[in-house]
Amino acid sequence: MAIEIKMPALSPTMEEGTLAKWLVVDGDDVRSGDVIAEIETDKATMEVEAIEDGKIGQILVPAGTQHVKVNAVIAMLLEDGESASDMKLPTPDAPAEPVAAPVADDTNPSAETAPMAETVATPTAETEWSGSSTSLTVRESLRDAMAEEMRRDENVFIMGEEVAEYQGAYKVTQGLLDEFGSKRVIDTPITEQGFAGLGVGAAFGELRPIVEFMTFNFAMQAIDQIINSAAKTLYMSGGQMGCPIVFRGPNGAASRVAAQHSQCFASWYAHCPGLKVVAPYSAADAKGLLKAAIRDPNPVIFLEHEVLYGQSFDVPDDDDWIVPIGKANILRSGSDVTIVAFSIMVGRALEAADRLAEQGISAEVIDLRSIRPLDSATIVESVKKTSRLVTCEEGFPFAGIGAEIAMQVMEQAFDWLDAPITRVTGKDVPMPYAANLEALALPQIDDIVNAARTTCDGFKG
Amino acid sequence: MTAKAETKRKRGPGRPPKTVGSGVNDMPPTEDLVAMYKDMLLIRRFEEKAGQLYGMGQIGGFCHLYIGQEAVVIGLQSASKLGDTVVTSYRDHGHMLACGMDADGVMAELTGREGGYSRGKGGSMHMFSREKNFFGGHGIVGAQVPIGVGLAFSHKYKNEPNVCMTYLGDGAVNQGQVYESFNMAALWSLPVVFVIENNQYGMGTKVTRAAAGRALADRGMAYGIPGKQVDGMDVLAVRTAALEALAHCRDGNGPYILEMKTYRYRGHSMSDPAKYRTREEVDAMRKQHDPIDQIRDLLKNQHVDDARLKEIDSAVKATVTKATEFAQTSPEPDPSELFTDILLPLTDNKLVAKV
Repeated sequence: MAIEIKMPALSPTMEEGTLAKWLVVDGDDVRSGDVIAEIETDKATMEVEAIEDGKIGQILVPAGTQHVKVNAVIAMLLEDGESASDMKLPTPDAPAEPVAAPVADDTNPSAETAPMAETVATPTAETEWSGSSTSLTVRESLRDAMAEEMRRDENVFIMGEEVAEYQGAYKVTQGLLDEFGSKRVIDTPITEQGFAGLGVGAAFGELRPIVEFMTFNFAMQAIDQIINSAAKTLYMSGGQMGCPIVFRGPNGAASRVAAQHSQCFASWYAHCPGLKVVAPYSAADAKGLLKAAIRDPNPVIFLEHEVLYGQSFDVPDDDDWIVPIGKANILRSGSDVTIVAFSIMVGRALEAADRLAEQGISAEVIDLRSIRPLDSATIVESVKKTSRLVTCEEGFPFAGIGAEIAMQVMEQAFDWLDAPITRVTGKDVPMPYAANLEALALPQIDDIVNAARTTCDGFKG
Repeated sequence: MTAKAETKRKRGPGRPPKTVGSGVNDMPPTEDLVAMYKDMLLIRRFEEKAGQLYGMGQIGGFCHLYIGQEAVVIGLQSASKLGDTVVTSYRDHGHMLACGMDADGVMAELTGREGGYSRGKGGSMHMFSREKNFFGGHGIVGAQVPIGVGLAFSHKYKNEPNVCMTYLGDGAVNQGQVYESFNMAALWSLPVVFVIENNQYGMGTKVTRAAAGRALADRGMAYGIPGKQVDGMDVLAVRTAALEALAHCRDGNGPYILEMKTYRYRGHSMSDPAKYRTREEVDAMRKQHDPIDQIRDLLKNQHVDDARLKEIDSAVKATVTKATEFAQTSPEPDPSELFTDILLPLTDNKLVAKV
């Protein structure tokens, strides 16, 4: 029986990739462990090894093919004594099995995601963009933001693990080494506390460091330098020691990487005075906020999301595209309930609003974009209109961002509320590995729909 | 193996220093020596006064005195050049005075007054002066070390001919981030002198009970960082070693480690009864190794007469008296200061969120 060679998933979030190169041709003998092909994902080029001994029966997906789905059959391997006529070829273009999608169904970086320009119901200053725009992934827009700011100011540099020669663990810094050289694009040893502290010192020395953490989980090693050195020194020095630094990297849950690699740190950093904390959803916001963060004279925690890196949005063609830190964005106007979200939860909130609309509930969706400073004015204005509020975050519920928003709304709009505020959060457990448990631990679209229905049902006139 | 042979073989962290000579060739001009004497005396008198004010309840919180260690920072500073940067931990009053910061502002910060360097918001452990290239004043043991490497990084990035002098204690040498810093400093040949002020005790723990292995000067060996043990009670020995270390850094050879064998006469902080060592040990140090006595003897040998020395003593005393009066009369910070200096204002209008 001929063996199907399938497109492998090379990272927890990979859904498709480019089959860059075949290193074998039909009829070649291969042994288990031989490299037979090269695959490019959005993060890296990886080698595919044969997992059985045999003979290449037929290559089904030619070199250079893009968007090959994970688990699609890419070639057939003949075992000893088999001939080409023994192969039962799969139907062309159909993946042999459904793509495993352990994260909620809104993570697919597809064209269904409406471009920002069309979904913005209440334009704010920076989104009044009438010029041309280009569809870019969040990953590309972050890279462009850094490249533009590095061209603009020679004191801006980027350092972190694998940011230079490897082109970024998640390819966010792709191409920067080529353009700016090793003086300004610096691979560090695996030494988070050390290079975070070095960055703080360099910022005191009037440079403008961008410090990339491979993920914010690893920034726990450096949190003393971030809080005690970067955030507090301005105050402790009576205003002398500004620290213009950006700490950035993916935050929150990736996919099937378990408890130590899946955590939202928004409330950790937002807790501390002296830091700004941003967590964009769209590519346009990612670019505009990162440029604002790099130009900001204060330390900024820039929380990205691995699952969003590959998603595409329209981004204005403007080298000076800035999204001010501290301004939320109303992505969808509604009258029955306000849904507040940030980062990946914005996509789920928009999806939930669609479903709620089908059920006759009009939801207003606010993308916070900045966690601190928090744009409570926009939230409060919305609540005065809808009288109901649902907060969404991936992080734990206890002392989370939702708790803070609920308190602020209670303080500022108590009389306008018609129902208790509801939180949609990650469950109060370390992230489990098992696919079913992980899906239960993460806040899903249905959770938002149910929370919104609960606030509306039973409280309607 | 006999105890004696053991001593010979091993340069442990508790062993007597292998002194770097302060030979006649290194002897600075007499007037430079006079200035060093005056600077050391200022630290001594300032710290004695701070201790007194602490006892009177006018200084609060933590207060770590530098008495006994004066030769270290003055020897280093006498070898530095304009634009060199300094960063240290919380036993920092001496470093500030050595960098030329005003005694009034330092003392007023200790008393938590508006006239202090941080306008009363930092205290003993958190003072800074960009003007004097003093970058703190850091309260977390070892955290100043990567910051110092970052300052050195910025010197190199901007092609400045300067060095960052990063001070740490014998307690801090066991922090992980110190080695992360050694590694990066050596890897990228950054101009930083790590000055380990080995005053024999990390709070109440004798260095030999906390630090394994060879001399602290050798702690950079694995990274190829040269290190030297220096008699930190002899200001000329410190100066000689500092000149060599700074030249090494300025020539682009990367970091250098100086282990200064020194001693603090007072407790770790004002609240430390110092029961972990004998009175005799402290007295022996004071009598036989006091850094200020040593340089005073040197000046006498250089025919600086008693009248001149007295004149210096009076001037120093006057500086400390003036600083004390300033620190006592400067008002407490205005309550509105509570909410200032948390974030810097945005100067670029594009960055400002429109309401």
